[in-house]
Amino acid sequence: MTPVKSKLGISRPKVDRARRLAEGIVAPVQEFIEGHTTVTIERATLRLLGADGANADGVPVPNIIASQCGQRLAAGAATVYLNALVKLEKTAPSLNREIEKGLDISGLPLVSPERIREKAAELVKDLDARLAANTERRNARLTQWADKAGSPLIYVIVATGNIYEDVKQAQAAARQGADIVAVIRTTAQSLLDYVPFGPTTEGFGGTYATQENFRIMRAALDEAAEKEGRYIRLVNYCSGLCMPEIAAMGALERLDMMLNDSMYGILFRDINMYRTFTDQHFSRMINAAADIIINTGEDNYLTTSDAVEKAHTVLASQLINEKFAFNAGMPARLMGLGHAFEINPGVKNGFLYEYAQALMAREIFPDHPLKYMPPTKFMTGDIFKGLAMNTLFNFVSKATGQGIHLLGMLTEAIHTPYLQDRHLAIANALYVHNTMADFMGEVEFKKDGIMARRAAQVLDETIEMLAEVKRSGLMNAIETGMFAEIKRPRDGGKGLEGVYEKAQEYYNPVESYLKKKLNIDEKTAA
Amino acid sequence: MFIKPYGDTSDDGAVQLSFTLPIADCGKAREAARIYVQKLGFKTASIVHAQALSENFTFFVAYAKTDATLDYDKVEYAEAVAKYMTMDAVNEFIKTHFNRKLVIVGACTGTDAHTVGIDAIMNMKGYDHHFGLERYPMIEAYNMGSQVPNERLLARAKEVKADAVLVSQIVTQKDVHLKNLTELIELAEAEGLRGKLLMIVGGPRVDNKLAKELGYDAGFGTGTFAEHVATFVVKKLYDRLTSGK
Repeated sequence: MTPVKSKLGISRPKVDRARRLAEGIVAPVQEFIEGHTTVTIERATLRLLGADGANADGVPVPNIIASQCGQRLAAGAATVYLNALVKLEKTAPSLNREIEKGLDISGLPLVSPERIREKAAELVKDLDARLAANTERRNARLTQWADKAGSPLIYVIVATGNIYEDVKQAQAAARQGADIVAVIRTTAQSLLDYVPFGPTTEGFGGTYATQENFRIMRAALDEAAEKEGRYIRLVNYCSGLCMPEIAAMGALERLDMMLNDSMYGILFRDINMYRTFTDQHFSRMINAAADIIINTGEDNYLTTSDAVEKAHTVLASQLINEKFAFNAGMPARLMGLGHAFEINPGVKNGFLYEYAQALMAREIFPDHPLKYMPPTKFMTGDIFKGLAMNTLFNFVSKATGQGIHLLGMLTEAIHTPYLQDRHLAIANALYVHNTMADFMGEVEFKKDGIMARRAAQVLDETIEMLAEVKRSGLMNAIETGMFAEIKRPRDGGKGLEGVYEKAQEYYNPVESYLKKKLNIDEKTAA
Repeated sequence: MFIKPYGDTSDDGAVQLSFTLPIADCGKAREAARIYVQKLGFKTASIVHAQALSENFTFFVAYAKTDATLDYDKVEYAEAVAKYMTMDAVNEFIKTHFNRKLVIVGACTGTDAHTVGIDAIMNMKGYDHHFGLERYPMIEAYNMGSQVPNERLLARAKEVKADAVLVSQIVTQKDVHLKNLTELIELAEAEGLRGKLLMIVGGPRVDNKLAKELGYDAGFGTGTFAEHVATFVVKKLYDRLTSGK
């Protein structure tokens, strides 16, 4: 990690202690993860091997195969699909079409393990080539247009429900100066145990994440990028019951970022914790292999709880997310750890606390492209006050070198952004970021001043919390409401029935490929 | 009393507007925007700012003056409650008049995943230094969170013998919240629960008038705190109690 001289006088030994605690918290959960798979991990695996499409009822091919496998999922779905490809001498697309029409591949006589492995090697090689080509294309454009890269990167959201409307808004935002466009998902998608197929034009508060929608938006942003001479990053939501599958689709279609948190689904969507922990690991391996930056969801802690009193829960979660991501072979440069500007604007010196928290995050996570979220909780409908709050947020973001800057909308809490709302937000951010371009290097802080004391206090409280979580165990801590004051029983929530203990003969060539590519066994052994 | 907007002089009728038109920014576009504002009924209009949002969209800021006046005395609107009580007063009121705890179940229903509204009213911590209903000693509050189907909300209300149900609708597009709210009322009526329950709706696109039109007992918009909702609930239940005697 790059050593940075702390402007806030943050104690290095204390940060190291917090990291060791996070390591100790994650280790036993990681052990569980290694021994398990889930129905969506198996479907993601199938997708990465070529399974795609949907039947007349809209049931996706990976789901059809998973149900055909039934309890055999514990041994891995890959064997069944690879066997069918070999046995029927079909390409993936033509086998997919047969499955759409009703072919059951689970009962086919098994060919020799050698032939299955041979087929796997061939498909994994294709997968590797596709991921490599995507990374290469992205990096080539980023290098070509390096001088145009904003800092922080300006992130906006589109959420019309109709992918073709989203395209118009996304291209307009790119033209106005956005570096990153996120397509919000329709509100209920995180709880669907399948990923819909094809382009979609109906959604509420967002647009379905489908592979075809990814493709459409990718092409639109590439087109805008060529026009603007600036690479435009595409984001979607790798969360919910299909985390690994969304990761798989994003990797194939060259998304650049994914919202992906190790505990968000458990706390805020009531998804079973065994399921989420297992899924987040596999999805992060895919994201890491595809060089996709993840954005974690710590902002949610502050919309649920008080941002002054619960600031330490953000740092605690960032450290836990970091460790889980590291275990998935992810380098720090891909970890967009989240936090947010959510202190009540009526709090005296609230701005100083926000500033201290953001700078502290920057100093504790020097190589991470931190994801900074705007005020939402205290946006009231007074759009003029809202614009002022967003200006202060823009200031803190630039003054602390945040990586990913999600723009606040003056109409937050009123409606999904109008075209002009996004324009006003981008213009505001560009103004602030330019007028104080080198501010960060110009200022130092009073030793033992309000900000230094605030950072020290939050770090101390974080260590205290992590020590307590370690004592009780992470799952227990979640059960007793230590995160976001929300209690989730370990056997409760959605999706537990889709968790399988890996059988002795478990076979997953995609997992082996990812682990090898990311040097995971070596790292965790070290 | 007849009223008009006040800019810097009585009755000048000054209004500020901003909007986007699907045309490229140019002199003709600004003139079009000005004419458009006049078409809205404004007497004079001036476009003070125009900015291209993309090749085909331009954003305008306009100031305009209107002749339209309104007789304020003829406006009809009933606040859910005329005067609000504090948290302590609400608790005292319940102790004095009910001799038991009141039960309130709340949820953000349908596909809406935003808990910010229901949390602001129900969570212990509340919002902006106004404690939520969970903090009220004489109220048993159940916050079911977000994405709760209407059926489940009512089932829970039945199970805990709720006195009142709070429904939050935050994110809404194409008026889906209206459909969802109507469904809930119909469902409550079909199950014979409507008469036994106070049904209250909250959200940024909701007010008391709309709520009544939809068949709810009350509606609360932005800026509502727990004590507002609590005051309404205790007063209304007390009215029912006493009128039933």
